[in-house]
Amino acid sequence: MTGFGKPGLPVVVVVALLAVLPTWFHFNGDAFYLDLATRLVILGIAAVSLNLILGYGGLVSFGHAAYLGIGAYCVGIPAHHALYGGLDAIATNSGWFQIPLAVAVSALFALVTGAICLRTKGVHFIMITMAFAQMVYYFFVSIDEYGADDGLVIDTRSELGLIDFDNPLQLYFFCLGSLVVAMALVHMIVNSRFGMVLQGAKGNNDRMVSLGYNTYLYRLVAYVISGAMCGFAGALLGNFTTFISPEMMDWSHSGELMFMVILGGASTAVGPILGSAAFIIIEEVLSRFTIYWHLPFGLMLLAVVLFARGGFSGIIDRLRGRKLLPGEG
Amino acid sequence: MDTTLLVTQVLNGLQLGLLLFLVASGLTLVFGILDFVNLAHGSLYMLGAFICASLTFATGNYLIAILISLPLIGLAGYLVERFVARHLYERDHLDHVLGTFGLILVIDTLVHIFWGPQGIAIPLPQWLDGQVMLPGGIEVPTFRLLIIGTGLAAAGGLFWVVNMTRLGMLIRAGASNRTMVGALGIDIQALFALVFALGAVLAGLAGMLIAPITEASIGMGNNIIITAFVVIIVGGIGSVKGAFISALLIGLIDTLGRSFLDDVFKLVMSSDAAETSAPAVSAMLIYIIMAVVLAIRPQGLFPPKVR
Amino acid sequence: MIKKLVASLALATMIASPAVAGTVKIGFVTTLTTPAAVIGKDMENAVNLAMEHLGGKAGETDLEVIFGDDGFAPDTGKQATDKLVKQDNVDFVAGYIWSHVLLASRKSALDAGKFLISANAGPSQMAGPLCDENFFSTSWQNDQTPMAMGEVLNKQGVKSLYVMAPNYAAGKDMVAGLERTFKGEIVGKDLTKWGADAQLDFSAELAKAKASGAQGIFVFYPGAAAGAFIKQYDQAGLKDTLPLYSVFTVDGISLPKLQAAKFNAVLGSKITQEWDPSLDNAANKKFVSDFKAKYGSYPSFYAAQSYDAIMLIASAVKATGGNMEDKAAVRAALKAANYDSVRGKYTYGNNNMPIQNFYLREVVADADGNWTTKVVETVFTDAVDPMAAECPMK
Repeated sequence: MTGFGKPGLPVVVVVALLAVLPTWFHFNGDAFYLDLATRLVILGIAAVSLNLILGYGGLVSFGHAAYLGIGAYCVGIPAHHALYGGLDAIATNSGWFQIPLAVAVSALFALVTGAICLRTKGVHFIMITMAFAQMVYYFFVSIDEYGADDGLVIDTRSELGLIDFDNPLQLYFFCLGSLVVAMALVHMIVNSRFGMVLQGAKGNNDRMVSLGYNTYLYRLVAYVISGAMCGFAGALLGNFTTFISPEMMDWSHSGELMFMVILGGASTAVGPILGSAAFIIIEEVLSRFTIYWHLPFGLMLLAVVLFARGGFSGIIDRLRGRKLLPGEG
Repeated sequence: MDTTLLVTQVLNGLQLGLLLFLVASGLTLVFGILDFVNLAHGSLYMLGAFICASLTFATGNYLIAILISLPLIGLAGYLVERFVARHLYERDHLDHVLGTFGLILVIDTLVHIFWGPQGIAIPLPQWLDGQVMLPGGIEVPTFRLLIIGTGLAAAGGLFWVVNMTRLGMLIRAGASNRTMVGALGIDIQALFALVFALGAVLAGLAGMLIAPITEASIGMGNNIIITAFVVIIVGGIGSVKGAFISALLIGLIDTLGRSFLDDVFKLVMSSDAAETSAPAVSAMLIYIIMAVVLAIRPQGLFPPKVR
Repeated sequence: MIKKLVASLALATMIASPAVAGTVKIGFVTTLTTPAAVIGKDMENAVNLAMEHLGGKAGETDLEVIFGDDGFAPDTGKQATDKLVKQDNVDFVAGYIWSHVLLASRKSALDAGKFLISANAGPSQMAGPLCDENFFSTSWQNDQTPMAMGEVLNKQGVKSLYVMAPNYAAGKDMVAGLERTFKGEIVGKDLTKWGADAQLDFSAELAKAKASGAQGIFVFYPGAAAGAFIKQYDQAGLKDTLPLYSVFTVDGISLPKLQAAKFNAVLGSKITQEWDPSLDNAANKKFVSDFKAKYGSYPSFYAAQSYDAIMLIASAVKATGGNMEDKAAVRAALKAANYDSVRGKYTYGNNNMPIQNFYLREVVADADGNWTTKVVETVFTDAVDPMAAECPMK
């Protein structure tokens, strides 16, 4: 782990690649790869947010896809009303309203559910976070006005003044910028006293409690930050896909987010990005060859869990002769 | 409210609850004794349905097919234990979830490759395909009664095994104190494999029982597994009795919600809105119950006695 | 690792070869995974047969079809469409079984200036307020088939109905279509969960239907759910008390399975449709017999419409000599529908939906004992769909 203000080499390399490669593809007429990169970066933000609580906090949230959904609906619903009328209080296309709304609603949801979830631990925590995500899923399935199961087409992207989300390159660099900020934020949190307590509680909660820390509060704050960050990613996702359906909050998508974090290497700065990149690229390359791509994908997932603890970051670290961090990989 | 309809729906809820119990009981045993989170338990349920479907066509008799399928699905469970689960016992729950999530993808795709994407309808023998008139003029499909009967018999058998036999004693001991069983010189490895296979047989049986109704189809296990998790968490992990009670509870809530909630909703909203929201809200109900139980009583309603 | 990433990206670029001159590309989005893939497979077969019949060419221009999988989910379908449009740079996007998938994908294709051809889904919105000059259908608008069924029910004197359909765009349209023509009372209605985790045990709903005292039950359960529904309907012993009237439920896909499971209850049941394997025209005879010879089963209506979609596109490519730059000419050629449709000649209305006949069909056993359908009577002749009036295009 590197100190604040001195990002590790892998981070610099990955961000540089993310800045250069898609741009190159874009100007060589391959719009699709910019799309792929945008999805990668947005899911990367979600994975970074999950890594804060899963990797550093040891809180295995099996319901993070719900925040992506909440964030996207916070873009879609105001846009829907701006176009078709009704609910004047929130009917707007302004990103200055939609994006803060996404962050605020996600934070609130994380606060309320986190307060309950954090009373449990271990597998109960996994399952209760999943239960709340399923509730959100069914909540949106039940609202006819917003398309229920059919989903909601977002006709107008968020309007932000200087930045034009309809321009794919501008949208991409906004997302990439957000990713860098998100990583810096997590990096800052993790290396602060707050982050030390969080990680201490992961290793040995009882010791932290007996040292006088209210770890419940620390975890709750981390949980809220993580939820808000993931909701922000959701708002970007809504702007990117211009479509949102409850399906995107299914538990299997929460599982995929977890997979990205673990695949890349939990509790490392660059891990979540490597994980989401690997996920997107593997999905893309495998599905090009066969409709049975879930088979090699599943086998790979098994192999990573069975044999490659620490994910890609672990492998990189091992190649660079560094010792793996103790704790969960 | 129409009493006949209410009784019919209670029977339907009972049927769903018993199927849930068959899946959940294996899950709760594996979870309780091995402390292993097996998301792929639903895949064994699906596999049971497909194997039984193929064997029904091969042997021409559904009941014979079930009898052959049961040991086969037990074997499948053993293989999962031997090649995947066993290597993950020492890891944390996160690795269990991810590993078995991968296993779901593998098994689902293999089934797609071997059996094709379409589901398989299982023909029933004539005597099972009709209806039975119960006292009070309630007509129910014979086969659904058979499911209820088999479910109750399996539950009874499981209670007998768990509470009356030496194996059951070890299982109960394992659920409450794993180290102690090992210290007593019991072959833990074999006990674990046996429990895993037993869970697979129960889940497979549930798949075989539902297949003649809904067909054997890819992904059928993924729908039930999450509900089964809700069942065991509400019931208390490791408790067969808790799984039984909460499975019936959740089966009844789901069925009664689907049948009567839309009529309730129509009192306050338009008919179309009610038709859309009622099924979703009744599906949401079980998660609300789970969250409430976890928030108030994190160990579940009927946790195993010693911990 | 990073080198690997770059390598695989570069590899991916090489595979995506640029468009070869003189080739028109057709993207075809359908369901290739999940149990609903059984429909997608049928459509894929029909598309391949159409390409075989065309010799892979329309006039002098080569045709190429690229399939995309919607995974039975609107967001996946939209991603597949985006990929076909942006990466493969197709000229036509065709296919689409599911209305909600088509609704989600519509902007991706149309905003990029592509022609969008639905081979099945016919959401009412896209025939009405969301109609587009570049969107054409070789199927129907969702309301129409149940409207024909409503008309049949009126003729048969059915006064009350219980209605069941999946809870998604088409399910709602089907119920709305029925309500447009059916004059009796709808005593109860259930919309059930759809998608990859669709509800397949209908015990609670069937019990309600039975208790409702309706004279019949109208259902719409396409694809894999059809077998499950009919089975439970049969097991509940409702055949005599609650006759079954269905649309898009009993078809070339479900019939072989129902026959294998010996569901004799389905023989003689009536359905409405714009096409039937027994329709008497040269194109249909060739299509049905070649399809049977090649794939060993009767084609479903999904297959027929997919075959037509490719033939329609080929006719437009041929008429314009493969020049895809002249959008107006392609559009006019599509609108002319100048090809031998397997349903017989039809024309396009102001909203680019077919103006065509609807037939009442009956399930029968053919000469070899295989279950299929035959036409009983014509319900509507040259029917214009009810949403046409709401389409701003004139």
